Amino acid sequence: MKVLVPVKRVIDYNVKVRVKADGSGVDLANVKMSMNPFDEIAVEEAIRLKEAGKAEEVIAVSVGVKQNQETLRTALAMGADRAILVVAADDVHTDIEPLSVAKILKGIVDEEQPGLVLCGKQAIDNDMNATGQMLAALLGWSQGTFASEVNVEDDHAVVTREVDGGLQTIKVAMPTIVTVDLRLNEPRYASLPNIMKAKRKPLDEKTPADYGVDAAPRLEILKTEEPEARAAGIIVGSVDELVEKLKDAGAV
Amino acid sequence: MQFGLSQEQEMIVETVRSFVEHEIYPHEAEVERTGTVPVELGNEIKQKCIDLGFYACNFPEEVGGAGLSHFDFTLVERELGRGSMALTHFFGRPQNILMACNDEQRERYLLPAVRGERMDALAMTEPDAGSDVRGMKCQAVKDGDDWVVNGSKHFISGAEHADFFIVFIATGVDETPKGPKKRITTFLVDRDTPGFDVRHGYNSVSHKGYKNYILSFDDCRLPQAQVLGEVDGGFAVMNEWLYATRLTVAAFSVGRARRCFDMALNYSAERKQFGQPIGKFQGVGFQIADMITEIDAADWLTLSAAWRLDEGLPSNREIASAKLYASEMLARVTDTTLQIYGGMGLMDDFPIERFWRDARVERIWDGTSEIQRHIISRDLLRPLGA
Repeated sequence: MKVLVPVKRVIDYNVKVRVKADGSGVDLANVKMSMNPFDEIAVEEAIRLKEAGKAEEVIAVSVGVKQNQETLRTALAMGADRAILVVAADDVHTDIEPLSVAKILKGIVDEEQPGLVLCGKQAIDNDMNATGQMLAALLGWSQGTFASEVNVEDDHAVVTREVDGGLQTIKVAMPTIVTVDLRLNEPRYASLPNIMKAKRKPLDEKTPADYGVDAAPRLEILKTEEPEARAAGIIVGSVDELVEKLKDAGAV
Repeated sequence: MQFGLSQEQEMIVETVRSFVEHEIYPHEAEVERTGTVPVELGNEIKQKCIDLGFYACNFPEEVGGAGLSHFDFTLVERELGRGSMALTHFFGRPQNILMACNDEQRERYLLPAVRGERMDALAMTEPDAGSDVRGMKCQAVKDGDDWVVNGSKHFISGAEHADFFIVFIATGVDETPKGPKKRITTFLVDRDTPGFDVRHGYNSVSHKGYKNYILSFDDCRLPQAQVLGEVDGGFAVMNEWLYATRLTVAAFSVGRARRCFDMALNYSAERKQFGQPIGKFQGVGFQIADMITEIDAADWLTLSAAWRLDEGLPSNREIASAKLYASEMLARVTDTTLQIYGGMGLMDDFPIERFWRDARVERIWDGTSEIQRHIISRDLLRPLGA
């Protein structure tokens, strides 16, 4: 079985985000970019499936700008076998919308015929939480979203989902799409031998046109705003004082 | 000329930095408070490094290392410099000098060291022989097939966890116009050798938990098989293999300075006095500007010296410049950062006071700033006959 893992290049989670002066989005020029943390978890899970003998090949895919190559090399250094880069934009500020990404991924799935697509539940940049679900719809496949545990059997997979207020365990028919949540695993560091090997692993470059997809944006961002600054807290001297303050604030 | 890193190098940097941030930072405060690294923690860090193939990455592939170039290894050291030295010690970089092992010594020392089974420590300094290495008193006298060693060494880092020591010992004396100079031989000394003792050294303000030890030899018998390299060849071994250790200090200083700087920068942007972020006051803003300029300069000086070493170009002076400038830069950066933090900078709630204390030793060990200046000036003046 092949496992396909789509990975997105996003602003690093440690970077303090700055809104561009014109409000059209977040400033990404000269900012550290990394693999979306949820996608890292997906890559890790795919590699574990391979190590467990349940998958033969792990293919990492990224749709975006040329620089996404770095993100794919990271996936290769973690242990993915090969990579496909779909260059859909020149400007790092161009965000390829979920539907376009899902359509491109469908083209890749048609070509590669993976038995499983593992992707992050959402990207930490715009939190769309849509690509995996859209891909399932386009393919007519089953889906298990927000996975905190995945067990792949021959013709089905058992997926534990983190839903509001608890866990839900579902059985989905293979091939399937699983979007992964934070607690599924802890991604590994790239080992030094794998870092050195990553460059020699194949990385194919494609365009949306290769899959008959027009990746032009359909959505328009009207405004991007920074969240309101939090008011400073206070340090209380005792439990009594804390209770009193909470009472004053109408919290208890 | 090209200044960027390759993708592999970028990934090495990112991986080591991430390792330090996630596996080292969380334990630093505890190590600083207790002055010691729990055995289990040290072993855990070591095992993770072995699993990641980073352990002994400074060694060639044919002996089980990763075969990193001086440049790539300097990048590793730079990122490790961010973290506590007591903890990054377990990231395992055995002394390169072990490459001087003969076939039989390889099995006993070099290969187990590269595999992480035996840890090493290097011993040269004595109470009366610091920069003046050839003034050492610890001496070995030939007795049949053995050497009988008497004397002591101090300031020995890594001794706490070392299974064996690489020790420089006087084995003779040359009369020179400048007075007597000792001939020096390098010995491999197992920790449990009779007549050899390892004991606690001094309490240092720098690098708590990365303790220094005192070694003493009392009629300690070492068989000829313990000689590393040639008898009286200690200087040759030193010059071939210890030449580059100064780069480690330079790289450490750059990494540590960047961590410290990031704190200074963020604090200058967040801390408000008189109704504005303190970074907006030129007095602070200009300090930020000076700090990053010096850090970048030290970084390039260090990387270019490492590059020269890989290219086989003369690099003694360049390495000395990198060690000198980077360690002195770190002193200024940690001091300025502390000043920007004000009173809080002195409190151990923040790591700033620790960075400030740690920085002090970098200008002293692996050749003091004065020795580096001597090397640099001699390198320039000697060809002119001065």
